[in-house]
Amino acid sequence: MLSAAHRVIFCCGRAQLIGAVCASLFGGFAVTAGVACAATLQPVTVAVVSLAGDPRYAPKQLERAYPEHPAGRVLDAARMAVDDTALALQEVGVALVLRDVQLADAQALPKALAELKSARVQHIIADLPPELLRALVQQAPTVLNGAMVLNVSSDSDALRNEACSGSMLHIYPSRQMLTDSLAQYLAARNWRKVLLLQGPLPGDQLQAAAMNVSARRYGLKILQTKPFKLSGDPRDRDLFNTRLLTNERDHDVVAVMDSHGEFARILPYATQWPRPVMGSNGLMAMAWHPQWERHGGPQISRRFQKQVKRPMQSQDWASWVAVKAVAAAMGENPKAAISQQLKQLRAGELFVDGNKGPRLSFRSWDGQLRQPILIGHGDGIVGLAPLEGVLHPTEVMDTLGTDEKESKCQMRP
Amino acid sequence: MFKVFTSSQLSLTSSPRSFLGVVVGRHLAIAALAFMAGSAMAQVIPGNRVYVSSEKDNKIYVFDTQGQRVSAIDVCQRPRHMMFNADHSQIYVCCGDDNALGLVDTVSGKMTGSLPLDDSPEIFDLSPDGKIVYATIEDDSTMGAYDLQSKKKLFEIKVGGEPEGILVTPDGKHAYVTSEEANVVHYIDLTTRKIVKNIRVGTRPRRFVLTPDGKQLWVSNELSADVSVVSTEDQKVKHTIKFKIKGIRANDITPVGMALSTDGKSIWVGLGKANHVAELDVATRQVRNTVLVGKRAWGMVPHPDGKILFVTNGMSDDMTLVDVVSGKAIRTVPVGRVPHSVLVQP
Repeated sequence: MLSAAHRVIFCCGRAQLIGAVCASLFGGFAVTAGVACAATLQPVTVAVVSLAGDPRYAPKQLERAYPEHPAGRVLDAARMAVDDTALALQEVGVALVLRDVQLADAQALPKALAELKSARVQHIIADLPPELLRALVQQAPTVLNGAMVLNVSSDSDALRNEACSGSMLHIYPSRQMLTDSLAQYLAARNWRKVLLLQGPLPGDQLQAAAMNVSARRYGLKILQTKPFKLSGDPRDRDLFNTRLLTNERDHDVVAVMDSHGEFARILPYATQWPRPVMGSNGLMAMAWHPQWERHGGPQISRRFQKQVKRPMQSQDWASWVAVKAVAAAMGENPKAAISQQLKQLRAGELFVDGNKGPRLSFRSWDGQLRQPILIGHGDGIVGLAPLEGVLHPTEVMDTLGTDEKESKCQMRP
Repeated sequence: MFKVFTSSQLSLTSSPRSFLGVVVGRHLAIAALAFMAGSAMAQVIPGNRVYVSSEKDNKIYVFDTQGQRVSAIDVCQRPRHMMFNADHSQIYVCCGDDNALGLVDTVSGKMTGSLPLDDSPEIFDLSPDGKIVYATIEDDSTMGAYDLQSKKKLFEIKVGGEPEGILVTPDGKHAYVTSEEANVVHYIDLTTRKIVKNIRVGTRPRRFVLTPDGKQLWVSNELSADVSVVSTEDQKVKHTIKFKIKGIRANDITPVGMALSTDGKSIWVGLGKANHVAELDVATRQVRNTVLVGKRAWGMVPHPDGKILFVTNGMSDDMTLVDVVSGKAIRTVPVGRVPHSVLVQP
């Protein structure tokens, strides 16, 4: 399902294509900027691959707007980043062009990759469910003669460990990074006794597993793990009644592991005792928050809101950073082969500005972008992980997620 | 008092004068006001003053040069960068959330007017004759030129994303503007109103200092933890000064604010998250000394006597006074929420 517009552009001759790039990217800019959009700009296409019928983007699901779920397609943020990086790339004679690829289903992947190959695409921003992302990163490097796959929405720890790939860069934080951030915050507050509520979905179990690892790392005590279930059946009331689920008195916080979001939504202020809720609602760990007000945060959130007419979410931020990572590699050496670009990025030699404070680089062992994580709630930010006082022998941001010695990833570019 | 002020306003508006004339006129008016009110206030610009803009308190806090708080001036929403006018009778302050330049009278200690700018201005500079304000407009990614007397916008130039630092050359013909997003410095011809050159520098370039001989432009790069030294003759980066400081990790060094020392021999650089300021020798480009200050040290200015450097710490809400000779912090005083810039009137 390639958009017709792109087909038309790519049917043009080279000169026309370059002309189209100049016109569409820079608009009036090149004229006023004085430094002309020379006819020598080399177009580099970045494909944004997603699933056409992705349930996360179903209209009703978007309406529910569960916290930390995407609020719209990541193409919007990628587009913003193409504009943001255009000027710097113009200096090295490159213009990024986006190509929206929405797969009908998993079976559509080989054909889509073949089309990308004929368009000589090697950079892919992936907004896919974990299984499909895994298939993509297994096939793309062979089909495309080398590929850089940038994951902007999956938090799968497996894709960063046993199922990792040397061709993958993860912009979106791993689940372990998110639960480590929360655990650091709880430890810093000395809210150490946790009641864990876990849903029935596989995603809920994975969240709970990560939370257990984080609890061990930061000395939290999970007093009890209780299953919850969405139901109205009086025989199941122990599983859905929020007061019955939280009636023991001893815990400091209620951690809810709910990848779906519906149960977590009704939990805050509905517990038996006045205890804060965290995890899938209440206090959350996030890659981005539209109210983040330091380090140039308001500038990109405002720009995004202006252009896309919705607040910028974590997945949008990741997509914006993904394009910037491609631009960083291109800016360093526009002629470098994709394998060299991957090597440089994963060696931590190139940096990306994510408007979260420090310059950001990729971990060599699993391709994860090391980054500060925002701790907050729907309304604002209360902390930034790594928390002050947390120490690491070389890089404090590596206290979040899988560190080099724990990594099960064997694949390097 | 009201009547007197009204008549003075009338005398200002009724006669078409030059910009400097307006300033003189206002002084006379204020003198008249003070006289009629029976005040013993001297009609000179108050000395021994340090002005600090506080982004979140919407005020300029006033201190003496020893760091004792004297007063506070209510200004505008989110005051950021400040500059004196030629005779220091006025402070111009960028009002980030009011989209304006506030005009503050240093004698009365009051904001007396404003010049409309565009969306979210941060840093500005003045033409050598003091008549034109050139400001970076963050949200529109433009550099705007505004006439102080007519309060009209003269023109704007589209630049790269998130423009910040701006410096007008001493001859008034060119301006340098950093784009934090595009990692370039734009070299702009103010006569033809065109970008002449985009100079690639480090990551997230922020502010400028011009060396006293006018030959080197120093650019602080927040995220690549270095300073690019651009030759003003051919607009090329001649040197990159990397900061490697014992005991501080590279990721924590985020240079933003800079200031030329009074003797012109060194440049002070605020290292942001590293909570230090560094003194660099202009000739050798070596770090001479580093001084521990507060959190996120950005704004800084030396006392004209060259003895004290005033440093505003944006995240610890205070200002550190650094003894320039001994290279040690003397004291740190609270200044209100998110201090941005600092000015000294000896």
